Amino acid sequence: MSTYLRAALTIYWKDVTVEARTKETVLGVLVFALVVTFIFKFTFDPAPQVVALIGPGIAWVAYVFAGIVGMGRTFVLERERGTLEALLLAPVPREAIYLGKLAGAFTLMIVVETAMLPVFVVLHDLSFLSLPFAATAVLATLGLAAVGTLFSAIAVHTRARELLLPLLFLPVTLPIIIAAVSSTSLLLDGGGWRDVGEWLRLMLAFDIAFLVLSSWAFEFVLEE
Amino acid sequence: MQTTPPSAADSPPLAVAVAGLSKTFGTTRALVDVDLSVAWGETLAVLGHNGAGKSTLLRVIASLVRPDAGTIAVGGFERAKDAAAARSIVGYVAHQPLLYDDLTAAENLAFFARLYGVRDAPARIAEVLDDLGASAWADRRVRGLSNGMQKRVAIARALLHRPSVLLLDEPETGLDVDGLAMLDRLVRTVTDGGAAVVMTTHGMERGLSLADGVAVLAEGRVALSGRTAEVTPADVRAMLTRQYQVAP
Amino acid sequence: MATVETTRAPTKMGLVQPVLLLAAAAFLLADLYLIFQYAPTERVMGIVQRLFYFHVPTVWVGFLAFFIVFVSSIAYLVKRTDVWDRRAYVAGEVGMLFLTVAMVTGAIWAKPVWGTWWVWDAKLTTTFVLWLIYIGYLMVRAYAPDRQRGARWAAIVGIVGFVDVPIVYYAAELWRSLHPELVTGPFAESGGLESAMRTTLYFSALTFTLLFVYLFRERTAQRANEQALDELRARLA
Repeated sequence: MSTYLRAALTIYWKDVTVEARTKETVLGVLVFALVVTFIFKFTFDPAPQVVALIGPGIAWVAYVFAGIVGMGRTFVLERERGTLEALLLAPVPREAIYLGKLAGAFTLMIVVETAMLPVFVVLHDLSFLSLPFAATAVLATLGLAAVGTLFSAIAVHTRARELLLPLLFLPVTLPIIIAAVSSTSLLLDGGGWRDVGEWLRLMLAFDIAFLVLSSWAFEFVLEE
Repeated sequence: MQTTPPSAADSPPLAVAVAGLSKTFGTTRALVDVDLSVAWGETLAVLGHNGAGKSTLLRVIASLVRPDAGTIAVGGFERAKDAAAARSIVGYVAHQPLLYDDLTAAENLAFFARLYGVRDAPARIAEVLDDLGASAWADRRVRGLSNGMQKRVAIARALLHRPSVLLLDEPETGLDVDGLAMLDRLVRTVTDGGAAVVMTTHGMERGLSLADGVAVLAEGRVALSGRTAEVTPADVRAMLTRQYQVAP
Repeated sequence: MATVETTRAPTKMGLVQPVLLLAAAAFLLADLYLIFQYAPTERVMGIVQRLFYFHVPTVWVGFLAFFIVFVSSIAYLVKRTDVWDRRAYVAGEVGMLFLTVAMVTGAIWAKPVWGTWWVWDAKLTTTFVLWLIYIGYLMVRAYAPDRQRGARWAAIVGIVGFVDVPIVYYAAELWRSLHPELVTGPFAESGGLESAMRTTLYFSALTFTLLFVYLFRERTAQRANEQALDELRARLA
């Protein structure tokens, strides 16, 4: 267990160091999320009372799309210079590689989601800030990252990887998207922990199921 | 440079033992029924044209590629049963440097040292960088290094955990004359320490002079194999020209 | 292993396939008789209700096929024999076909009865997601650099997709409780089935299952020969 966690942490820390140094992915993804939100403003021009209705949808569409772009990128970077092979050569469990990459994707998305919060306030006069929302975001992001990391690892080796990732990712993560939007809507309507409990439980179940499944399946993705 | 086979007492007879190895990609038969072995302290040169299966062979031994059939044992560890143990004693230098562009040479080595569980990592990193003549750029980011410098750091990465089996896939690519001399010295030091080396190369003469054994691959099959003492460059060239044109 | 199979003679079907084909054809004729002659016309929905006898069985086969994809995918990852990959692939292909028919017949039925082609209730949402996963399942193979990797990745999609389906159903059901959708057609609720209708439905389900078994076996054998041929061709090249 300790070698397992140590390897995962080492890989995670490497990702964080590289990203902190270049800021390439995080900035790109952030701007992408910004553009998506901005486009929503002009495609719907929602009146204030409508914003409360469609706001959660806007936010999560921006988050999910940004997540696809960001997660696709982390594996592209590993593959371009062959470093994914260097990870595979190392005597570390494949699950640890998955877990390390997953933690990196999760961190990236949480950073972008947090940075977008003030943007929603300014552009749409939407404030999501609350503890239950934080729980919603963490559980949803964990589920998205769990599935996204697995599918990015597949997509990165295919032709048309930009196409394949959303095609696999979006249908499978539909429960998370539904749960995140519904929970955020309920909270925006003045709901609290009790109102969103069932959605949080649903996401927790999804997260556990796909964390276990994906870490098992990851080995089969990478092998040649 | 010290390299130690797994255990002296019951050390397995062969560093690398490959039997009946086959691998198909799609409908391309990359390796067909390959049998090879390398003893401790010896170097095997793998020759052949592009697409003959040289790289695939090394990648299978490095457990990057899972064969369709056949067995591989590295230092007595069977790939199918004990992949992690096999990986921990293998060092591999690929065509690409396998380094992170945005980390420095030393940071790259520190990262891999942690993954391999190298003890006393800082000292070891300094040592391999010094062996490769790369100490001067230890703190420069890999992105800013020339191909030759990157290659040296890549070799340092492969030696970091004192592998008992070193796999070199066309290691001369990107190296200048000094680099080549250093590479030859290094291969000799590694084998003198008891470890085994498998290297693919286009430089037939160099390969033959450096290695103890030679294997020529053609279309995924072992077309010729033997001791370098018994195989002349003419034999190899004859084998290679049989189906292709060979560069002198 | 792949290399062993190329030396084998083309897969022969023996007697089973012709018998299955005849049986499926006979059942299909009988099924048509039951659907259009034996089963009474539904009082309120009228003639369009007869689509049900095509819709429900094809949905059933679509989900059954995906269960076969799931089981065969696990078996393939564990055993790595081409035969399991073929079973998974063919079940995916044929299942996709049945599910498409199911969605089309469902929409045609829904328009006059519900007043809309489509509603996002839990069943329809789940079916639609399953259909999308089928597409992803088939596309992963098409985009993979070689057949073996395509097979492995598809197996993962098949397993992940199967685990996903019940969660989608649950999420869609929960979602509906937040977004009550008015079914505008005259018959939002379908009542119990009369016994002649039930008999027809069960018979139809049996017929379509039989048709699926026939297609599944035919296509698996065909694919085995396809692969053997591919490898022979590669060897000659």
